Amino acid sequence: MRYSGLKVITEGLFGNKGWKPMWRDPAPKAEYDAIIIGGGGHGLATAYYLAKNHGLTNIAVLEKGHIGSGNIGRNTTIVRANYFLPGNSEFYSQSLKLWEGMEADLNYNVMHSQRGLINLFHSDGQRDAFVRRGNAMINQGDDAILLDREGVREHLPYLDFEQTRFPIYGGLLHPRGGTARHDAVAWGYARGADMRGVDLIQNCEVTGIDIEGGRVVGVQTTRGAIKARKVGMVVAGRSGQVAAMAGMRLPIESHVLQAFVTEGLKPVIDHVVSFGMGHFYISQSDKGGLVFGGDIDFYASYASRGNLPMVEHVMEAGMTLMPMIGRAKVLRSWGGIMDMTPDGSPIIDKTPVEGLFVDAGWNYGGFKAVPASGWCMAHLMATGEGHENARKFRLDRFKTGHLLDEEGTGSQHNLH
Amino acid sequence: MRITCPLCGPRDRREFYYYGSEDYLTRPEGEDWDAIDAHLHLRNNPAGRVRDLWYHDMGCTSWLVVTRDTVTHEVFGAALVADGGVSISAKMKSKGGAA
Repeated sequence: MRYSGLKVITEGLFGNKGWKPMWRDPAPKAEYDAIIIGGGGHGLATAYYLAKNHGLTNIAVLEKGHIGSGNIGRNTTIVRANYFLPGNSEFYSQSLKLWEGMEADLNYNVMHSQRGLINLFHSDGQRDAFVRRGNAMINQGDDAILLDREGVREHLPYLDFEQTRFPIYGGLLHPRGGTARHDAVAWGYARGADMRGVDLIQNCEVTGIDIEGGRVVGVQTTRGAIKARKVGMVVAGRSGQVAAMAGMRLPIESHVLQAFVTEGLKPVIDHVVSFGMGHFYISQSDKGGLVFGGDIDFYASYASRGNLPMVEHVMEAGMTLMPMIGRAKVLRSWGGIMDMTPDGSPIIDKTPVEGLFVDAGWNYGGFKAVPASGWCMAHLMATGEGHENARKFRLDRFKTGHLLDEEGTGSQHNLH
Repeated sequence: MRITCPLCGPRDRREFYYYGSEDYLTRPEGEDWDAIDAHLHLRNNPAGRVRDLWYHDMGCTSWLVVTRDTVTHEVFGAALVADGGVSISAKMKSKGGAA
């Protein structure tokens, strides 16, 4: 399905009856050159860049539900490149650049909105840390502007600046940060991959990984066995279970992260605002709903729903920061399952099984990483060599001590 | 979610601090780095019944092994690490279970 302005106008005149499905619904073939397990954002982006950058088109994406039905379809849609550590910094910088070119590349409107992201700080020490972070961002070639209290007031006059617990000292503005339409990202990559010949196979759950002599040779699925010499596991949220099929244990514990959406309101919050001391962040969707969230629930869970203590905590933090939202009604909330690693950073690497690759451990920051994760995972699967920008996302870094602990909170799965 | 502490009775989840899998109870001896890596980082991470470590921070300050379900959030029971937790993990060890 190709789009143009003319097509939109003619379809509008004739009742929009001529639109066709955006991608095919093929049955699985007996063998592919490569298989990607997981039809979420990262898996679809991997397939797209395998086809586009490396000319590999005899590949399949296997999805147990339907395309985009996991965390890519339910998240808080924030896109940013405000990382500090070498290893993270260049990766997320590349990702933001790919976001900026994504709509032209995919010919698909992902509603990427660079409305600016402001991280608030509440003490002199925190300000110093943000100055340092801002300088790291600028050194990486991205943008950062330090705002004092009056500077923040110009952007966000509605905050409670004088609150007794965490008075606002200022903020770090990342003008190129913002949001995007989460579903559209999945659909855009799915369509792009499909147009290049990739088979997107839905309702096809992988039930086993076939290994012979230390090398992967295919997978077992609910739609039959499929052979492939290269298999990528791109199933964040369920990584442990898929890896177990290959006899591996991963440095990952699954946790639930809750998020909330209010009824639609007129435009009131123009930026993405994060209030780290209260574990709270918020933006307003194009439909008008306030989209906000906080921290994980802190115990291992696959429940796709959280418990009330964190709901209460997030609401309290929101009311502390911006009392004006107190009259808005929450429409819905949900819990997403996060791959939590001991240092809060992801994994894109080979595994001890030849031909088997893993892209996992996105903690709760996977959405913004979708394009660069796909780019680097495709590079790894096509060439067998890790991409330079993902060189520190090693599977064995916990054992060797080369941690990427962006927040400096320690080596425990629920601390990030 | 409520957890029944063996000393304090049923209490709100907010009184407890979650530490992680019971894997933390079986500390490897010596300098086998693979075993230490497994002990600290690698997890079975099952969807279903688990045993994990909780600290009754705002209660009796006991360390507990809580048996619960990660899919339903149902809590089946809790035992003191000092009583049962260690001996149960030691039993697993003698059976060649998870390190």
